Formats: sequence, structure tokens, C-alpha cells
Amino acid sequence: MNIHEFQARELFAEFGVATQPGSVSHTPEEAEAVAAGLGGKLVVKAQIHAGGRGKGTFKSGFKGGVHLCDTPAEAKELASNMLGQVLVTHQTGPEGKEVGKIFVGEAVDIARELYFAILIDRASSSPVVIASTEGGVDIETVAHNTPEKILRLTVNPALGLMPYQTRLIAASLGLTGPLMTQASKLFLNLYRLFIERDCSMVEVNPLVVTKDGKLLALDAKFNFDDNALYRQSGVIAMRDVTEEDPREVEASKFGLNYIGLDGNIACLVNGAGLAMATMDIIQHAGGSPANFLDVGGGATREQVTAAFRIILGDKLVKGIFVNIFGGIMDCDIIAHGIVEAAKETGLSIPLVVRLEGNNVEAGKKTLAESGLKLESGENILDAAHKIVAAVKAAA
Amino acid sequence: MSILVTPDTKVLIQGITGSFGARHAKLSLDYGTKVVAGVTPGKGGQLFEGKVPIFDTVEEAVRETGATVSAIFVPPPFAADAIMEGVDAGLDLVVAITEGIPVIDMMKVKHAMLGSKTNASGRKTRLIGPNCPGLVTPGTGKDSHGGCRIGIAPGYIHKKGTIGVVSRSGTLTYEAVWQLTTRGYGQSTCVGIGGDPINGTSHTDVLKMFNEDPETEAIIMIGEIGGTAEEEAAAWAAEHCKKPIAAFIAGATAPEGRRMGHAGAIVSGGQGTAAGKIAALRAAGIAIAETPSDMADALIARMKSR
Repeated sequence: MNIHEFQARELFAEFGVATQPGSVSHTPEEAEAVAAGLGGKLVVKAQIHAGGRGKGTFKSGFKGGVHLCDTPAEAKELASNMLGQVLVTHQTGPEGKEVGKIFVGEAVDIARELYFAILIDRASSSPVVIASTEGGVDIETVAHNTPEKILRLTVNPALGLMPYQTRLIAASLGLTGPLMTQASKLFLNLYRLFIERDCSMVEVNPLVVTKDGKLLALDAKFNFDDNALYRQSGVIAMRDVTEEDPREVEASKFGLNYIGLDGNIACLVNGAGLAMATMDIIQHAGGSPANFLDVGGGATREQVTAAFRIILGDKLVKGIFVNIFGGIMDCDIIAHGIVEAAKETGLSIPLVVRLEGNNVEAGKKTLAESGLKLESGENILDAAHKIVAAVKAAA
Repeated sequence: MSILVTPDTKVLIQGITGSFGARHAKLSLDYGTKVVAGVTPGKGGQLFEGKVPIFDTVEEAVRETGATVSAIFVPPPFAADAIMEGVDAGLDLVVAITEGIPVIDMMKVKHAMLGSKTNASGRKTRLIGPNCPGLVTPGTGKDSHGGCRIGIAPGYIHKKGTIGVVSRSGTLTYEAVWQLTTRGYGQSTCVGIGGDPINGTSHTDVLKMFNEDPETEAIIMIGEIGGTAEEEAAAWAAEHCKKPIAAFIAGATAPEGRRMGHAGAIVSGGQGTAAGKIAALRAAGIAIAETPSDMADALIARMKSR
């Protein structure tokens, strides 16, 4: 799960992580009022999850989702140009994203830009801190071109981040004197936030030193552990479903695990590993997968019907590949579910079903006698070839 | 021999009275597995299916029944506690079936287990999973009846034999096992290590056990995108493994930065790609199954070529 920039700042404030003063606004009037409570130069930023906001363009023709200004009146004017308008950036796709909220804050006079992140390292089963003097740019590029500029430090999860470790990091970033004290506090508070809010990643980029000697977390990216959301009601409250793929939101209501892709052969599979392998084999057979879809171990009729509806809601989809290994589930029950779902949704595009496992002969008979226009695959590869051929023939 | 468990292994089930745990406890009993105890706090003294005693604590269940292995079916919020209860009771093996345990919980469990004491048999508890189908050592009866089934895999697809299977994915394990069985090749033990980013037992750990097991003659290893466990297993196998291995890696078409169902199945920062894993496995001399239809055939071809 991801959150907005202003929500990241609210988390920073809650955990005592120094950041620039400012607040979220939903109307131009609110933006003006927020600006009036701040001092100096101001910054106005459109709040969407996608990156590249500064270089984006609104469909109205207004340029840029991030602007500097000097007065509350100017902030109001900028807000009215952004709110309710659709911003297109290199990450939103051509359809863009409607801006419903903006952040108004004090502009910061930056002396140095640094990088600081905490994430879970699988190999050591521990949190690791990554820090670099090269902030404000893509860290993967830094790691690739100048790996010596990346500091990596493992945290013992039983002890947590230790104060001496924060001083080591500060020193490596050239933060000395009063800045070292500020850095130590900021890093410890950020680590506490990481653990207490069940984050899987917190990336502060840039972490800045201002010209008047303050260390501030200027922009941040958060990822939260979906498995821990049951105990993070505050995090769930920050979820913005308008930022998510509506098909994925709909699928999650039925306990389906769906991820939209850009191909034209949809797949419906039980099990995450088999679902990935099914996407792969569609490509192997010369086709292009439209989605990842894991209906789980049970695959009830309701779930299969919901899955068909979601798949058929995708206008790019020209064929469906159902791949089920019925281990404990009876294949005949699954076959009945597929037949009913296909009839209920008025399926008119090619359907290839590959069933294997418990009571498979009865399941195949049910499919054959259903009166539906569908093909059965002998094995996964055979079924993949059949659906790819059927979609090509129909085109 | 098999690895980790034999048909004589005494198994207890934590969460035996929940619907999920009860269903699979019943299936394991039907398969002929020695399910000797259940644990559900507050239900101590009752019987499961009229014959399996239920205890309030794992400690008591172990003391009364001599169980050495536990299968965990408790919901995610209580799973870390259940795992540590099994470790503290000195079990040889804890198999965590539960899907959806917070990664920070697993991180703490993993570190706590490193510092845990050895049990009466001089062993430290091994954890398999979480988010896994468990493991099966097939038996000699009809449809492999009489084996040790711990977890949620369908028992009847197995056949007693000499192929070891290790996998991060449940359904892909069943595919591989079924392909082997229908071609007449039985299995020594099939181990699902789970789809989470932090797990108790790695591909390499299981390869080492199969390599040492005199009954296992060849191995199918199934991996997927995310992490570096397959690359590490490939590096180990290139140096040490005496037995033929075939591997399949799922997720070649998965988009970067998305979690593909399993919490651990994610390519990030160009790391953990299927292409990278396949290249590492090939370089280690491991046969690659190009598609999931081809897992058993790829292994059989490799066995015949040696």
C-alpha cells in the first residue's frame, strides 16, 4: 500500500521526524489560509501517487504540478489551477490523474541533498539502512555507477537501530556538530515509525540540509506491509482507492488476487505460483497475458463468476485461459463453477480450460456437455497453444 | 529414508479446532499420518474426531504424546506466538502453513530462533514456511497412503519413490508431483518452503538434505521471482550436489515492483528476475524446465543423460 506526500508528512510530524512546515488543502480558499499561516517563500504541490509531478502538464494546459510562489493570494491562484484538474505525468499514463488535494508548504533553501532509507533485507532477515551523499536523484543509478557512495548498515531487529549506528551514518554523510545531533534524532524517530507502522520501506529522498543549518526530510516514499494492515487502522485510513486500478480494488472484494497487465489473453488460475507460470506460458506460446489472477485454493463459484466479470470488464481481453489444478477441490465442482460463470456473464470470446487433479474425468465431461463454446487443454502447454491460436483466429 | 519426516513421525497440530486446521488434520489422519495431538488454548481435555487428544499448550502436548513435529494453522495475528511456542517446547520441526504473517513478526521470530536452545535430541528447531503447503513423505499404500502428510497438499497425487521436490509455490509443487507420479516416478519427500520474503528453510537447506539422503536420487527445484534464494541454491549445487536437478522458475512476465500473490514474489530495483535466476541455475549445470508442463520431463531427461 502507498500513501500521499502530505500523509507521509503527517506521519513524520506524529513521530517527530523534522520536515518542512505545511499542510494539505482541498480548496483554493483553504490553500490561501494555510499559506497565510506559513512564512517566507511557498511551495504548492499536487497530491497524486504518481511521480514526475513537477514536469507534468494538466489537461487544461496548465504546466507543472509543483510551483513556487511568494504570497497567499498566489498560492490560492495556483491551487485553483490544479484542484479538480487532470495531471498527466510520465508515470500516470496518458489518461492522467485528477488532483483532489494539494500540499502548501514553506519552500526550503537547500544547501545539500542526501538520501536515507530503511527497508527489510531478505537475505539477513533484518532491517537495513541505506544512506548516501547523493540525494535528490535515482538511488539505483547511484548504486550502479558509484557503489562506494552507498552506505549499507544492518540493524539487529531485537535491538533496533542503535544511537551509535545513527552517528556512524551521520558521519558518513558529513553531518557533524549540531547536524549530527539532529541526524541522530531524525534517524531514530524514523526507525521507530518504520517498526511501529509496519512499513516494508521508507525512503527519504531528498533528506536536505538547509542553508540555515537544519536537517529536514523533504520528500518520502512509504511502502506498508499488506500482511500487517489488520493491526494498522491508521494506515488503512490513509488508503486512497482512487489511486488504485479499479479492477484490482473490485477483485480484492472477492478475495481474488488480480494484477492488470497490457496483453489480450486473460488467465484465471488457482495458486500464485501457477498463476505466474500461466502468464509465462502464454508468452512462451506466442501470446500476451492480460493479467495475473489467483483465485486461491478454494475457487468457489462466486469467486469464479466475479473473476470472469472482472476479466471481461477489460476491453483488451480477447480470450480466457482457465488453468486449475484441483488438488483437494473436486474438479467437477470447479467445472460446474466455470460453466455457470461463463453462462451468467454471457461469455462470447474464446475460452480454453485446463483441468487436472481430483475427479478430473467428471470435470472434463461437465465442460464437454455444457453446450459452451470452449476447448479443453490436455496439459498447460497444449492449452496455452490452443488459446493463443483461438485468439489469433478470432482477430 | 526420506528427509525431515518419516511415516512414523508423531505430529501435533496447532489450531486443530479451527475450520482450516480441522479439515486438514482430518485429511492427514485419513492419509495415515500419525497425528497424535492437537493444541487449542482453552480446549484442553477434548478429543478431535473422537480420538486425537487436544491440549492447551504445546509443552503439554509434547510431554504427553512425544510429538516431534508441529503444523501451524493459527490465524496470522497469533502465528508468530505459535511458532515460538513450538520452538520453546523443543520440537524438531515446526511447519507454518499460515499465510499473511506480518514480515516484522517473522523477522523477530527468525532472530529469536537463532538464539534458541537445543532440545533433548541435541537439535535446534527447524522452521518450514510460513505461507507454505507443508511437506509430504509418501507412504507405500494405495495412492501413497500411510505416509506423513503435514499441511495442505493433496495426499493421493504422491507415490513413494526417489525424487525430492522443493518449491516456493503450492500448486506448482502439486503440478510437479503429479507429473512425476503419472510418469511412474515416485517421491522421497516433497517440501513447500513457502512464498514469504522471510522464511525458515531455504532452497539450499533442502538441497543439502536431499543430497545427503541415500533414498533421494534426483531433485526438482521450483522457484519464482524475488530475492536471491534460487541463485544461492544454484551456487551451492554447482559446488556440492552430486544428484541431477531440474528447476523451474515462475514469473518471467511479471511486471517490476508488483507483488505477484506471494508476499515474496516481487522484482525490485532489477533484482530477483526470472531471467537472472534461470541464468544462475543454468550456469550451475541444472536442467531448466522451459514451461510448467515440462518439470518432470526435464528431470527425467537429465537423469537418463547421466
